[in-house]
Parts: sequence; C-alpha cells; structure tokens
Amino acid sequence: MAARRANGGDLLRLAGRSVRTLGEGYVRTRSGIRRTFHVRATRSASGNLANLLMLAIFSVLMLVPMLYVVNNAFKPVDELFIFPPRIFVQNPTLDNLRDLASILGNSWVPVTRYLFNTVLITSAGTALHVLFASMAAYVLEKYPFPGSKAFFALVITTLMFSATITSIPNFIILSRLGMVNTLWSIIVPAIGAPLGLFLMKQFMSTVPDSVIEAAKIDGTSEMRLFFRIVMPMVKPAWLALIIFSAQNLWNTTGDIYIRSESLKPLPYAMQQIMSAGVARAGAGSAVGLLLMVVPIAVFIASQSSIVDTMATSGIKE
Amino acid sequence: MESRSQRSARRLLDWSRSRDPWLRLLARVWRYRTAYLFLLPFAVVFLVFTVAPVVISMLYGFTYNNLLEPARFIGFANYIKLATHDDVFLIALKNTIVFAVLTGPLGYVLSFMVAWFINELPKRIRPLFVLIFYSPSIAGSIYIIFGILFSGDFYGYVNATLMNWGFIDQPINWLADPKYMAFVVVICVLWTSMGAGFLSFVAGLRSMDRQYFEASAIDGVRNRWQELWYVTLPLMKPQLMFGAILSITAAFSIHEVTIALMGFPSTEYAAHTVVNHLWDYGYLRFDMGYASAIATVLFLVMIGCNKAINAMLRKVGK
Repeated sequence: MAARRANGGDLLRLAGRSVRTLGEGYVRTRSGIRRTFHVRATRSASGNLANLLMLAIFSVLMLVPMLYVVNNAFKPVDELFIFPPRIFVQNPTLDNLRDLASILGNSWVPVTRYLFNTVLITSAGTALHVLFASMAAYVLEKYPFPGSKAFFALVITTLMFSATITSIPNFIILSRLGMVNTLWSIIVPAIGAPLGLFLMKQFMSTVPDSVIEAAKIDGTSEMRLFFRIVMPMVKPAWLALIIFSAQNLWNTTGDIYIRSESLKPLPYAMQQIMSAGVARAGAGSAVGLLLMVVPIAVFIASQSSIVDTMATSGIKE
Repeated sequence: MESRSQRSARRLLDWSRSRDPWLRLLARVWRYRTAYLFLLPFAVVFLVFTVAPVVISMLYGFTYNNLLEPARFIGFANYIKLATHDDVFLIALKNTIVFAVLTGPLGYVLSFMVAWFINELPKRIRPLFVLIFYSPSIAGSIYIIFGILFSGDFYGYVNATLMNWGFIDQPINWLADPKYMAFVVVICVLWTSMGAGFLSFVAGLRSMDRQYFEASAIDGVRNRWQELWYVTLPLMKPQLMFGAILSITAAFSIHEVTIALMGFPSTEYAAHTVVNHLWDYGYLRFDMGYASAIATVLFLVMIGCNKAINAMLRKVGK
C-alpha cells in the first residue's frame, strides 16, 4: 500500500477539513471513493484541539498536590500557616532544608546509617531481582521445558496478590527463617516479585529465536549466550525492572519486619519527622520534596526504555 | 568402551522413545536441565515468598494461631465468626467494595482514556503528559499531602477555597466526618491510580501498527471514537488484561491511604478496609488464623473480579 511512510507532521487541506497526511491511501467520501495522500480522515482538527485542552486542564489537577509539595519545601514557617493558604511561595527560603539537615544531624542514629540501609536494600534487592528474573524469563520464553506454562500461569495469577495482603504469612515465614529484624527481610522477598519476571518474559519475545540458534550452532555456552548475547538485547527491559524494583525498595519503611532503630531505612526516619506535626512542619515539607524528587527524576531519565518494555506487557489468552 | 557422556546420551535416547510416559517426561526434563537451573534461583524465592504465603493463608484460615502456641485446627469457625459475629468486618467489607467499585473501574477506564488521549497528541509532547500523569503513582508516600489539602480546619486548602468562594460558612471536617471520608479516599486513590497499567496502555498504543488504522479508514471508520471501539480496543486486549490485574490489586489493597489520612481506626470505621482489618488482627491482636481467613476472602473476591473482567473484555469491539 503506502510507498511512503510519512512522519505524520504535515497537514493537508481536504474536503474542507485539515487532516494529517500519513501516506497514500483511499478514502470514502460523500462523493465516492477517492485517492488521497492521507488516511487520517478519522481525526478532526477541532477534536484534536479539544483533546489537548482537556488533557491540559486534567494535568493541572494532577499537578496541584505536587506543586504544593515543591512550594512548601521553600516556604518560611509563617507562610506555611497563612490564611487563606496559598499554593505558591512568596519569599522562598532554604530554611526548611537546613532544619531537616540539622534534625537528621542530631538524631540518635546518624542519618547516614538510614541512608546506608536504604541504599543497600535498594541496590542489593534490585540487582538480584533483575538477574534472577531475567534468567528465569529467558528460559520461560525460549525453552519449552515441562512445567514452563504452568509456572508462568502461576506468575500471572500472583500479580494480583500484593505484598500487603501476603504480609502476615510472609512474616511467619521470615521469622521461621530467622530473617526478621535483618535487612534480608526486605531484600529477599523483593527478589521474587512476579511483576519483574512477567515484564521481562514478555519482552524476551522480541529476541529472535534465530539469534539464539545461530549462537548455539557456533558452540556458544549457555552462560555466554545469556550474558553476552541475550542480556544486551533486552536492555530496555532491565532498565524498566530496575525502575520498578528500585522505586518499590526506595520507598520501603520496613515498619513490620525491622525493629532495631539502626536497621531502619530512610523513609522510616522521614515518616517520623513528617508525623511530628506543626513543630516540624518546615522540615516535614522538605522531607516531602526529597521523597518525591528521587523516583520522578529516575523516571524522567529512563522513560523511553520503560515505555519500550511496557509495549510487550500484554497478557495473551 | 563408550565414555560416560556417550552412555548417558544413549540412555536418554532410550528414555525419550520409551512407552512409559513418565520415562519420556524424565527424558524431557533431563534435556532441559540447564533451563531448570536458570529458573531455580527466582523460582525458590518466588515460591517461598509469594506463592507459599497465599497457600499458608488459606490453610491458616482454618486454625487458631497466635504464633506462641502451635496452630489449632478449628474448621470453619473463623469464617463463621467473620460472617456473623464481626460487625466491623462487615463494615470493612462494605467499605472495601465501595472503594474498589469507585476506584477500580474508574481508575482503569481513566488510565486507558488518558493514555489514549495522550496518544492522540503530536509525538513530541507525549512524554511530558505521560510524566505528569504517571508521577503521582511513584512519588513515594506523597498522598499524605491530601491530609493537608483536606485538613478539617480552615487552614485546609479545600476548606479555605470553598469558604473564600462562599460555598460553605463552616470548615468541613473532611477526614473525620463519615459523610465525606469515602470521597476523600477515592479522590486520593484515583490521583495515584495511573501506575504500571497506565504505562502499559501508553506503550501498547504507541507501538500499534498503523496499517490497521489505514485499513479501517478505508473500510468506513469515520471518526476517532469508532476507531477506538472497532480497532484500538480489540488490539489492546492483552494490555487491557494486564492493566485489569493491576487495577484489581490496587483497588482491593487500599489501606495505607486511609491510615495516613484518617488514622487507625478511623471515625466510626468509615474508612476501615478489609486490609486494615487484616492488619488489625494480624499485627495488633496476633490472631493469625483469623487474619488469614480475612486474606483468603480477599483472594477469592479478587480472583472472581479478574475472571469477570476477562469475560467482559472478550465482548469488546463486537
């Protein structure tokens, strides 16, 4: 059909409507079938405009709470309690961040310890999750071994059972294994998160079987094939897995499984400051900003590879 | 003399041609032994920390278990108590269903529609909108901010704005008045509902083959809504199923939001959900058997919902 795959940018006026040109095609109009240079006759310019306006209004609503968090972090205390309250800061100040730094600097357990815990949990949990999930996803997608279908069906079903609902039996299992009150209690269960395996397996389907067969004919070992050939090909997917897993672990407060203060992660310490109410409203708002900025910044940096991965995330019957 | 590896290869060949199905299966398993090794590390963690908890919940539901004494089998007593003697559970179940019905389908449809609307925009500005809509779901526990926006005194932004504009004279106690609590929870949950499912929709729409749309335009699809129903939705079915699972999970697991905004327990249990109830019995009263029975009820409801949604998705585009 279309000889030219146009980029969809140029506009063409046809039958009184401006339409996008997307390549050659035939369009049925009131006066009969006619050959045109576009097939995007299903889009009206007014509809496109309405769509943009609606999304813009909607996104302002989505942004309000976040704008508020950002602005609050820079408000002096008198502005935090002004009536009527304002969203936007008048006299921006860094006092809140300084307050937060001094509170954290004077805490019983040094803040570097909380930070270390969170960094350790996030990096160890994410690295092992990506490695193990990729290995499992690779064989589930490429080798029809007995039980592979059943295992994957189990993975899909368990996508539904979030960690909050299984936390009680999990607590029992962790305590039997002697992992309660160690950082392992957060790291290990996160390694087996079904979402990562699911996304990775779906993305593995984009690796052509011929590549794997060719490597095998060349006598490449399984290990080499996986680490040197397959893993580089699914790079967008492991970036996505890193994001999902790291976000989850970065936000973990570990309030059930960890009792020792020196093993608590950073979000727990932050929550304590936030819950101190009016006395620490300034520092609390700085915490809000910190907790929000990290995951969003990571997402901005990796959006395109995440979206590439999610393109294969569908469940086929 | 044949070597060891030759011998085992010949035995394998014999097995795979054997008439005994078990030997044939064994031969296949042995052929894929490396695959099992690759699967093993993930499978162990997954089975122990994701599958076993579900199974244990179902078993413990039939016991009395306080973690100190050995578990005691008590049959259906936990379920009978749930259905007949626990008023708070019934309130929690009602709240959970109300929240799930309001946030689940609404969040699901909203995620898809927003993804679709974004996909209608020129390519360059799409990532910006994706970022704006996706951010709330990853911004940590930032929903706490709704506690300030909906604060019950006149420092709350919503109250202040409504009073400024003259809609109300007295501040509304959003977070403690049972009349308004469900509303605030739903707003807050919807705000964070554009998560992985939303990204899946965005990606699925982006990667769709343009030829389908060209063909459908020739076949007489006249506007974007017809295209959505007859072309886009049927093609998006795999992503829609994935999104449905995530929506169900999110809708039935609401609990942190209600604790952060309305406290625990909330006024007259008006924001008490099944998961709140489960935590109450599990971690405060250490009645693990009862908490497991609650979890089992929740599992069954969620699986039922997933089946119902899949059945509905089969009717899309017809």
